[in-house]
Amino acid sequence: MSVVRVLVGTRKGAFVLTSDGKREKWDISGPHFAGWEMYHLKGSPADPNRIYASQTSGWFGQIIQRSDDGGKTWIQPGTPPSETKAPDGSPKGESNKFVYDTSQETGAPLTTHQFYDGTQHPWEFKRVWHLEPSLTDPDTVYAGVEDAALFRSTNGGKTWEELSGLRGHGTGPQWQPGAGGMCLHTILLDPKNAGRIVIAISAAGAFRSDDAGKTWKPINKGLKSQYIPDPEAEVGHCVHHIAQSALRPELLYMQKHWDVMRSDNAGESWTEVSGNLPTDFGFVIDVHAHEPETIYVVPIKSDGEHYPLDGKLRVYRSKSGGNEWEELTKGLPQSNCFVNVLRDAMAVDSLDKCGVYFGTTGGQVYCSPDAGDTWAPIVRDLPAVYSVEVQTLS
Amino acid sequence: MVRVELPAHLRALAHVKGEVTVEVSGTVSILSVLDALEAKYPMLEGTIRDHGTRQRRPFLRFFACAEDWSHDPPEKPLPEEVASGKEPLLVVGAIAGG
Repeated sequence: MSVVRVLVGTRKGAFVLTSDGKREKWDISGPHFAGWEMYHLKGSPADPNRIYASQTSGWFGQIIQRSDDGGKTWIQPGTPPSETKAPDGSPKGESNKFVYDTSQETGAPLTTHQFYDGTQHPWEFKRVWHLEPSLTDPDTVYAGVEDAALFRSTNGGKTWEELSGLRGHGTGPQWQPGAGGMCLHTILLDPKNAGRIVIAISAAGAFRSDDAGKTWKPINKGLKSQYIPDPEAEVGHCVHHIAQSALRPELLYMQKHWDVMRSDNAGESWTEVSGNLPTDFGFVIDVHAHEPETIYVVPIKSDGEHYPLDGKLRVYRSKSGGNEWEELTKGLPQSNCFVNVLRDAMAVDSLDKCGVYFGTTGGQVYCSPDAGDTWAPIVRDLPAVYSVEVQTLS
Repeated sequence: MVRVELPAHLRALAHVKGEVTVEVSGTVSILSVLDALEAKYPMLEGTIRDHGTRQRRPFLRFFACAEDWSHDPPEKPLPEEVASGKEPLLVVGAIAGG
């Protein structure tokens, strides 16, 4: 019997929602890390019991948590007695140490980025937005952080090193923070090309490495952003999220600040596919687990009004890879709904009948067990939902 | 034995309830108490003072014997009442966010 486990990060803790394959009745556990901002939780594809979580606080900084039993218990990597005595001699208590590379060899040019007022500003670590476990090694995990940079741990989260080639490729001084901060929020690992990583930053754009993170290049050709001085600049675009088809990893979909885009060549070029969407502003985007041309977005009214158009919460689905969209409303509130759906708060499961999930800033987590045709809330009253990830377990 | 009172969230991280105690050799100061605290509870490293700069996090303050020690040099000896365990060193989170 299949089991679905939904990992929910919220403004005041984490929740684990579990159901069988019918996805009708749910067990809720949590809040884990009550009172802390939980930006993101994600399970390892190589070991589903291994889950990484980003716990953060304006008072106490960044914490990394790890579960080795599917979310029942948690540790800060490197701190339990069993791990501090590990033969690899990893430093204890450094799982939350994210220090930018300032070495002469690789970090010397990494000095400043553009601030809100246009002046240059030094990089300052604030928090981990996104954790992406390796597809093959449970001990390897990537972290996308604010101020934007990519870190990697190869020892289960005990220690972290920056992949500084990203900040060092030359356009860093042109990157600038979006309204939520200068965050690296998307990390996509290619299941068919071990060296390929795609990341996205608000507001710098999308970047790709084909050598496992050593060197990077911007992949923003075709993006047009009317709100920046050069709408077709190489960098500076406010990319909100990118989703990848697991079956066709070169096929990428992007929800930009405004515009929904697709790329059929791993980001070499992008084409707008907003089509008949009522508004093409939004944050989330995701792809059906089995149909690479079936995609989902939640249109949001505008960059100044972060809630659904007309107070109606609608998911839009395209079965043609964009341009032609249908609204999905069955089970979703169609009046007086003014929540937002944040960039990491949509996910899909991989059951035969693909399940689609999303969480709102109003604390609802919705599930559609039939690829979007109908929706029902799993929970209604959580703290504001920051992130939703799904594990399909058998 | 030096007594330290931590904010609730840090007690949760350290898996402790109530005050904690640490052994400090030599001069009892903010610096030596935090060194001892982090050695005993490595999960607290980086949460009270920044990993890189070793500076106090902005939303945390240190109090001893009803005095604010947050801006004193961290090497400065704490009052005898704290060094002897009669009074705790308080690590206090700023009341903010309301």
